[in-house]
Amino acid sequence: MTGPTPAAPAAGQALTPPSPQELQASPPQAPPARRKRTWRALASSIMWYLAALVLALFIAVPIYLIFVSATTPAEATYDYPKSVMPTGIATDNIEAFVRAAGVIDAFWRSVVAGLITVVLSLGIGAPAGYALARYAFRGRDGYRLVVLATRAFPVVILSIPLSVMYRQIGIFDTVLGVALMHTALALPFAVLITGSVFVSIPRELEEAAQTLGCSPARAFLRVSLPLALPGLTAAAIFTWVLSWNDVFAAAILTLRNPTLPARILTSLTQASLPWQFAAAFIMLVPSLIVIFIIRRYLLGLWGRVVK
Amino acid sequence: MTRRRNLAPYLLLAPSLLFLLFFFATPMASSFVLAFQDPAGAWSLDSIERMVNDPNFSRAVIATLTLVIVVIPVQLVLAMAMALVVNKRLKGTSLWLYVYALPLAISELAAGIVWVSIFTQRGWLNSILETLGIIERGVIWQSAEAYWTLIGIIVVAEAWRATSIMMIILVAGLQSIPDEYLEAAEVYGATLWQRVRRVILPMLRPSLQVALILRIILAIQVFATAIALAGTGLTVMSQQALKWANDIDNDHVAAAWAGLMLIISIVATIGVLWLLPVKDEQQA
Repeated sequence: MTGPTPAAPAAGQALTPPSPQELQASPPQAPPARRKRTWRALASSIMWYLAALVLALFIAVPIYLIFVSATTPAEATYDYPKSVMPTGIATDNIEAFVRAAGVIDAFWRSVVAGLITVVLSLGIGAPAGYALARYAFRGRDGYRLVVLATRAFPVVILSIPLSVMYRQIGIFDTVLGVALMHTALALPFAVLITGSVFVSIPRELEEAAQTLGCSPARAFLRVSLPLALPGLTAAAIFTWVLSWNDVFAAAILTLRNPTLPARILTSLTQASLPWQFAAAFIMLVPSLIVIFIIRRYLLGLWGRVVK
Repeated sequence: MTRRRNLAPYLLLAPSLLFLLFFFATPMASSFVLAFQDPAGAWSLDSIERMVNDPNFSRAVIATLTLVIVVIPVQLVLAMAMALVVNKRLKGTSLWLYVYALPLAISELAAGIVWVSIFTQRGWLNSILETLGIIERGVIWQSAEAYWTLIGIIVVAEAWRATSIMMIILVAGLQSIPDEYLEAAEVYGATLWQRVRRVILPMLRPSLQVALILRIILAIQVFATAIALAGTGLTVMSQQALKWANDIDNDHVAAAWAGLMLIISIVATIGVLWLLPVKDEQQA
């Protein structure tokens, strides 16, 4: 067992579009066959682009529509039929959402819970990821299996007994309690992601630093860590968004001090639709930015699960 | 090798193992303990009886399982299509991948509300259909009486929100298939369907297995999309667990729900492993 192989470089390579020479390089053939073949190739390529476009529209159009819904001026809110082209961009709905009782507090609680989750899950997970990447030891496969299995565990099962436990130790309805629960959810990802980051950094670099007189710790801090930083940042951002998005655990573990999704959930039945649209939009914005920032690591973050 | 060096990996793993023990193993065990106790703390089947005798019990179980059974095949086909497109290396592959991966970071609550804006009576779908003259009056999609329509719109929202994760896993799997295999199939005149059926699917089995298990377990926990879209017209298992924990304040019945969901998840996982066995040489 050689352990995790770096998926990211291979993925990046595979995703490079073919060069023009490659595209034009079709074997020389007799004219009629060639014409037929290029016609078929063209038709097939149009079909592929069409499929790509339809799938992309399925994902992108709803995001566009919630943007229009959230930024519709107050006076046009109840227009019907709605126009797909925005009649004007206004912050009325978003202001109304932000002004609702407790929303700003809930927003900050979500941000802080996410930050605590990042610190805890990387603080605990990165050493484990490093161990998986750098050492061959007994129990390594067993540990990997535990991590892979815990990644799929239902949040419902954990949060209900935890709420009982939290009441006993006095962290029920606190940001820390929510963050600890989110850390449990994020930790398996943190271990796997940091593991794949460290395994892509050649061990020889650290060893070279050690032969030049660095202590193992110093070699890690001065050589491996700087190289791992972009990957670790991607892991941190991903961990943060896991926490930002959770609604079930936060709804179970908080009462008067909800995170943003839990706060929105409790108002869902009474709140006006424009308020809900603004809420969805505010929840959505960080997600879009996060995927943009970590787009290079997407396959590395998730794709490695098979190995 | 020195003794110190042998210990290093275990010291590095210890904090995460302790954390998982405290925040995974303990709650899981206490979930079952809670479920087999009554509110006074005595051992009994009272909580499980209360869960089963609740009028919402069969409603929630049937709706959740129906959603899982309908949404998983839809997502499998969508994820496979997206993965094939990404793997085809069309121009702008990274853009396609980025767009398909967008929902990966979108919360289920936000996703539910996004689709409310589309399916609500004065929403986008009716607006567009009416402008195009396809319908004359807005259709009430989210009617509490139209059960299957509700199932349908939740399936659409879940397919939109949660297909990305399967897509990413399948793309990674596709990239591990040597190009020569597909080229050979093409040289022998295999159609796209034949290539998918005879080469890609068999070679993709380990990825399919992981993607299915992960997605089914998550689908059993369907929560905020259903609440946002269906209101009272339909209820799901997590919603019942939340109701017992928060509104009724009975953690024992809530824990019984949690235990039931765990058992269903385990059965589904075993089912996938049994239907899609992966040979040892494929696992490496």
